[in-house]
Amino acid sequence: MSIIKVENLVKRFGDITAVNDVSFEVEEGTIFGFLGPNGAGKTTTINILCTLLAPTSGRAFIAGHDCIKESAEVRKAIGIVFQDTTLDKDLTARENLIFHAYLYNVAKDKMQQRVDDVLRFVDLYNRKDDLVKKFSGGMKRRLEVARGMIHWPRVLFLDEPTLGLDPQSRTNLWEFIAELPEKNKVTIFMTTHYMEEAEVCDRIAIIDNGKIIAMGTPDELKKAVGGDVIYIKTTDNASAKNEIERLFKFNVSEKENEIYMTCGMGDTCIPEIINTIGEKVISVRLQRPTLNDVFLKLTGKTIREETSSGDDIKDFVRAYRKRH
Amino acid sequence: MEFNVIYVIVAREFKKFIRERSRLFSAIARPLLWLFIVGAGLSRLVPSDTGVSYTQFIFPGILGMTILFSSIFSSISIIWDKEFGFMKEILVAPVSRLSIVVGKALSGTIVSTIQAAIILALFPLLGFNLSVVQIIAVILICAFTSFSISAFGIVLATFYESYESFSVIMNFIVMPMFFLSGAMYPVKLLPEILRICAKINPLTYGIDAMKHVIFRFETGPMSPDFLFIVDAAVIILTSVIFVLIASRAFERKG
Ligand SMILES: Nc1ncnc2c1ncn2[C@@H]1O[C@H](COP(=O)(O)OP(=O)(O)OP(=O)(O)O)[C@@H](O)[C@H]1O
Ligand SMILES: [Mg+2]
Repeated sequence: MSIIKVENLVKRFGDITAVNDVSFEVEEGTIFGFLGPNGAGKTTTINILCTLLAPTSGRAFIAGHDCIKESAEVRKAIGIVFQDTTLDKDLTARENLIFHAYLYNVAKDKMQQRVDDVLRFVDLYNRKDDLVKKFSGGMKRRLEVARGMIHWPRVLFLDEPTLGLDPQSRTNLWEFIAELPEKNKVTIFMTTHYMEEAEVCDRIAIIDNGKIIAMGTPDELKKAVGGDVIYIKTTDNASAKNEIERLFKFNVSEKENEIYMTCGMGDTCIPEIINTIGEKVISVRLQRPTLNDVFLKLTGKTIREETSSGDDIKDFVRAYRKRH
Repeated sequence: MEFNVIYVIVAREFKKFIRERSRLFSAIARPLLWLFIVGAGLSRLVPSDTGVSYTQFIFPGILGMTILFSSIFSSISIIWDKEFGFMKEILVAPVSRLSIVVGKALSGTIVSTIQAAIILALFPLLGFNLSVVQIIAVILICAFTSFSISAFGIVLATFYESYESFSVIMNFIVMPMFFLSGAMYPVKLLPEILRICAKINPLTYGIDAMKHVIFRFETGPMSPDFLFIVDAAVIILTSVIFVLIASRAFERKG
């Protein structure tokens, strides 16, 4: 059953079309990812789905309720972690959660227990009476996820949940999020521009300039860009190249002392190739396409990767030195 | 209306109010400065023909000032909540916008009334002799007036997105509201145009109602400007109108 259903959604802000005719469905109990660069329209789509914004046209349903006409029903069914923190920093972790529990009318006799449970769940129980302003970015993020879960939502929206976290906290948060659907019977709709993160999704929609340009499981999307690349180093590259081209009809190229070719299923191709040209092989490596390759192929540009910011700075310094 | 929502919004404000000692301190210090410095200075200039000194005359106005500043301050913390995102947490919840507005207005009411009551406790120092009934009446008037002013503050807050507008609100709305409220000088002595401004100011009626209760004289330049029943009607009516406008404003979507 589709728990989220979006039909021809359009949102314009003046001249900007932030969301341009977007349609998709999300199966209950799965993780659905919206992957796209800055300004692609991810947050705008979430704002429409969570009833904070009215679309210019199109329709959206959550758990069968119309996001525009039945906003009260939709609000009950969802939890959300916004892109920017929405905690009250002058309250303690626990007070933030209690506030939320009251807003969502969690029964008084279950409230304390539930708040303690979600605090333990995100490993913040021993910090529960600390003011949120004393928390690190990762702790705040975890607290927000906990808060979003308090009222047993059917759909949890996560807008760039790992924004600004270090690699270690990101991994921890992802392990935690990946388990949510099974443990809590919740469907997850998340956005990110980290490619690696999108891999935990059951299905992904790649969005650019307000339009969905590809949709499918991570494997399907990667296959669509041409599959795996096999790199082989041999004692005689030229003859190995000829042999492989003749026997397997692959298009083989050579670069930096290695020959390489693209094939659908790298892991089954490698044994066959080695059986044929075995005596010449020095080394073999297999490169799987990443979602980055998918994005590059579909849009002709790479998504800005936060993780490579170190490299960006190096590049910048190099360019700067050249000019001076 | 959902009482759980109203309760938790008020509880949040109250908790923050108690934690922020400096806010309470400056909220109490401001009216004291006016009362004992401005009041004492001006009382030399103003003849007290009705047996009421100028410092005594401005006492209801100073209570009104306490209410005005703390109610507006409480309400425009909504702008802060918008800027720091917490407002989204409230708006995305399955609660009626009316409950949010009433909760917020009651928050302002409670913290303002507490502060006004602290100032009111100074009455013996000023040479007043108030009965228990008078004290209770003044506190009730303070509460109703705070509600109206807080609701007005919420309407203001819906127009602004960032806290930079704070000084604009203070200089161009709050200060004129204070000076044109009958707090420092009787409305009936104002020039025509300013008198009209004072008449559309809800604070004027709150202060006027307190003058009725505290002074008990009905003639002379320092006497109340309106009938008590008019004061009461305006305060209640403006409360309802501001709450409705604010709820509508929160309903609005981009
Ligand atoms: N309230 C608004 N008024 C005007 N334009 C807006 C508004 N909100 C978003 N936009 C525009 O809509 C487009 C999509 O923005 P959106 O926030 O949805 O992007 P995003 O995919 O979430 O990007 P990011 O990865 O940076 O969060 C952008 O061009 C943005 O400038
Ligand atoms: Mg965004």
